[in-house]
Amino acid sequence: MVFKARARRSASIMGVFAALALSAAAPAPVRAESVLRIAMTAGDIPDWRGQPDQGFEGNRFVGYTLYDPMVQWDLSSRDKEVTIRPGLATKWYVDPEDSKRWIFELRRGVKFHDGCDWNADSAVWNLDRLISDKNPAFTPYNFGRARGRTNNIEKIEKIDDYKIAVYTKIVESLFYYNMPYLFMLSKCAVEKAGNDLNVYAKSPAGTGPYKFSSVVPRQRLELVKNPDYWDKARIPKHDRLVLIPMPEVTTRVAALLSGQVDWIEAPSPDTLPALKAAGMTIVTNVYPHTWPYLLNTVRGPFKDMRVRQAANYAVNRKEMVELLGGIAVPSYGMFIPAQKFYGKPFEYPFDPKKATALLKEAGCFPCEINIGISSSGSGQMQPLPMNELVKEQLEAAGFKVKFDVLDWNSLLDVYFKGQEKFPYDGINFSSGASDPLNFVKNQMSQYKGPVGTNWGSYTNAEVDELGAKVLASFDPAEQEAMITKIHEIIVREGRNLFIVSDLNPRAMSPRVKGFVQAQSWFQDLTPVTISDK
Amino acid sequence: MWYYALRRVLLAVPIALGVTMICYGLVYLAPGDPIQALLPPDASQEDVVVMKKLYGFDKPVPVQYALWLSRAATGDLGRSLQTGRPVFGEVTSALSNTIVIAACAVVIAFTLAFVLGTIAAYHLGRPTDRAVTAAAVVGVSIPNYWLGIVLVIIFAVNLGVLPATGMGSKGSTSFDLFDWEQAKYAILPVITMTMVPLGIIMRTTRSAVAEVLSQDFIEMLRAKGLGPLSVLRHAVRNAAPQVLSVMGLQFGYLVGGSILVETIFTWPGTGFLMSKAIMTRDLPLLQGTILILALTFVFINLVVDLAQTAVDPRIKRS
Repeated sequence: MVFKARARRSASIMGVFAALALSAAAPAPVRAESVLRIAMTAGDIPDWRGQPDQGFEGNRFVGYTLYDPMVQWDLSSRDKEVTIRPGLATKWYVDPEDSKRWIFELRRGVKFHDGCDWNADSAVWNLDRLISDKNPAFTPYNFGRARGRTNNIEKIEKIDDYKIAVYTKIVESLFYYNMPYLFMLSKCAVEKAGNDLNVYAKSPAGTGPYKFSSVVPRQRLELVKNPDYWDKARIPKHDRLVLIPMPEVTTRVAALLSGQVDWIEAPSPDTLPALKAAGMTIVTNVYPHTWPYLLNTVRGPFKDMRVRQAANYAVNRKEMVELLGGIAVPSYGMFIPAQKFYGKPFEYPFDPKKATALLKEAGCFPCEINIGISSSGSGQMQPLPMNELVKEQLEAAGFKVKFDVLDWNSLLDVYFKGQEKFPYDGINFSSGASDPLNFVKNQMSQYKGPVGTNWGSYTNAEVDELGAKVLASFDPAEQEAMITKIHEIIVREGRNLFIVSDLNPRAMSPRVKGFVQAQSWFQDLTPVTISDK
Repeated sequence: MWYYALRRVLLAVPIALGVTMICYGLVYLAPGDPIQALLPPDASQEDVVVMKKLYGFDKPVPVQYALWLSRAATGDLGRSLQTGRPVFGEVTSALSNTIVIAACAVVIAFTLAFVLGTIAAYHLGRPTDRAVTAAAVVGVSIPNYWLGIVLVIIFAVNLGVLPATGMGSKGSTSFDLFDWEQAKYAILPVITMTMVPLGIIMRTTRSAVAEVLSQDFIEMLRAKGLGPLSVLRHAVRNAAPQVLSVMGLQFGYLVGGSILVETIFTWPGTGFLMSKAIMTRDLPLLQGTILILALTFVFINLVVDLAQTAVDPRIKRS
């Protein structure tokens, strides 16, 4: 230690002399490149050839950095709900003559990283390659990843050089909410690569605030600032962004504490005290990410609304928040209170006596339930200890809970195929009601699994009617009122067991400044600066 | 010898076939679907059907397997479902990364274990033996992922002398075992990987050498007036085949990569690759990785068998 201190002192003195000598000799100081190094939770680099994989983390770090969508999220504030704003399209509206024809007016003067122009031709080509296997740049993986957002697109048409029309199969007034998930690639770059996206991967070109620099497959992706970005307010304030996949949480924490990275995603609650003690900044914020049990409403005990309500009364949400070290808040619905569609849903108090009474009234006491849970997975938080606590709380009120622990991919399979083929009365499946379109569809009986993602086949005639009206209405105020009402109904009926909402924790070195954590799964990295100390 | 080697190479074919067949079957028996990981959670069942067709998963499983096998026989292991990159390149790149730490761990573990195991056998029942045996038990018993985390906390977080994670400052492309700035990334993974084979081989060496030392011919050698070192040389030579076979197995395990060690250190090797392939049901990647690892394992065992033949004339005679 003494040696270290002496060495440091000598180094400091030498450093001062060196600095003085340099300042006298050099005409202007050369600023060192500022580098932001982020450890992601993903097990691999999100695919950078268009539609990223690795869930929303892929969109966050690769989608919205290299590329732009036509409609963007406004991620500039931590205090207000995230809404959409113009991206590569400046304006969009439905054709007054045809409710299935959407007009997108495109931004002028935007260039891709390879110098090609963004215009109607590139917009039409981009959407077409995601839906048509006749497009030479069609790939099954981009088709698959975009499918949830493109399945209502019938065809695309160029109106003029900066205006396109997108035809939908059915009337969908909230159609434009699909657009933030579709990323625009340079047609020239793909054609130059012979329409082979594996060749294109060596020099990808979007219009985003960052340009591709280098990649070491499975290990790191390096992007650099795009100084010519069309949105001058969002030109990155650091020079280089390094993205490193690091699925193991203890590894991420060690990498941050040892200075190998500047920022880590999703530290676990038990690591927060150590991170705070080491002077790291913990950033959290509310966002539309809830951790519920989706309930089977057509078979088993949860077919009875009273049993669903009993479960909601039986859960002590505050205790769960304590278990999570405060990085969650109680949840009472599919939306969070910060969202305009939240409304005034019934907020189930912790009342185990009422829960027991409801179970007895429903003739299900003890009430045996079989729940599918996962051992890990995207957005699943800390599924094993959390589910153990839920089980303890439910059993205290008269439930008898059996868990089937599945790996994430298996649980996805259950979710995709709907409840019919599986013996589950519910599944623990985290969700994010980021946009109203998906929320509405998930409550409507016509979208029940396996056709859609209404897991549990929730059916309510009033909700179906309201949902149909929402999708047909082009009046935002009317839509808001109806979506809010749907939300209030499904909460009152205990459509799910609502438990907690995540607070989206991330930890960063004190060198990282200027980050504004929006109430979203997605974040804007461009304002971040890296100080020397 | 050459006939023996050829026979072993030919025997590798049914082994590889069996391994791939079992793997294919297991993946399909397990819940989940390779297509699920390619679609967003809100995609419809209709989309799943379309995707299955696009990837050829709509065909019966035996047909899929036969198609894969016919391509694999020509050296084409297909492309990863997730990344689209050729499986062969993915696996060989991961294998070369694993070999870096596996080879280092092997050299350290084998040398230390052989020397310490022999010393323990020679001092059987004495404090030296007990100390070595205790060390071996610790080596075998400590979960290596736990050891890895502890080493990271001590050397990377608290002391700040070694990196916590990764393979080189710029990834594996910049890694150079002869450049300290890069080589230091391998130190903690190598130590962690060394512990298990160290314990196992130490115990094997100890018992094999001790058993030989208790045999009559050793007494004979001593009676003939041979010194302790010469006697030990004879004992070690007789125990070598047994130790070599355990070493071969251990080297095979290490080359197969340790999912836990590689995940903790984010080391881009075969263990890390395989865990990703399993989690995402990336069937071509999983199949390709298992096939290449099985063949590598067979090859290592062949080399070990040939080495055994060379050091033990009894095997050659049989």
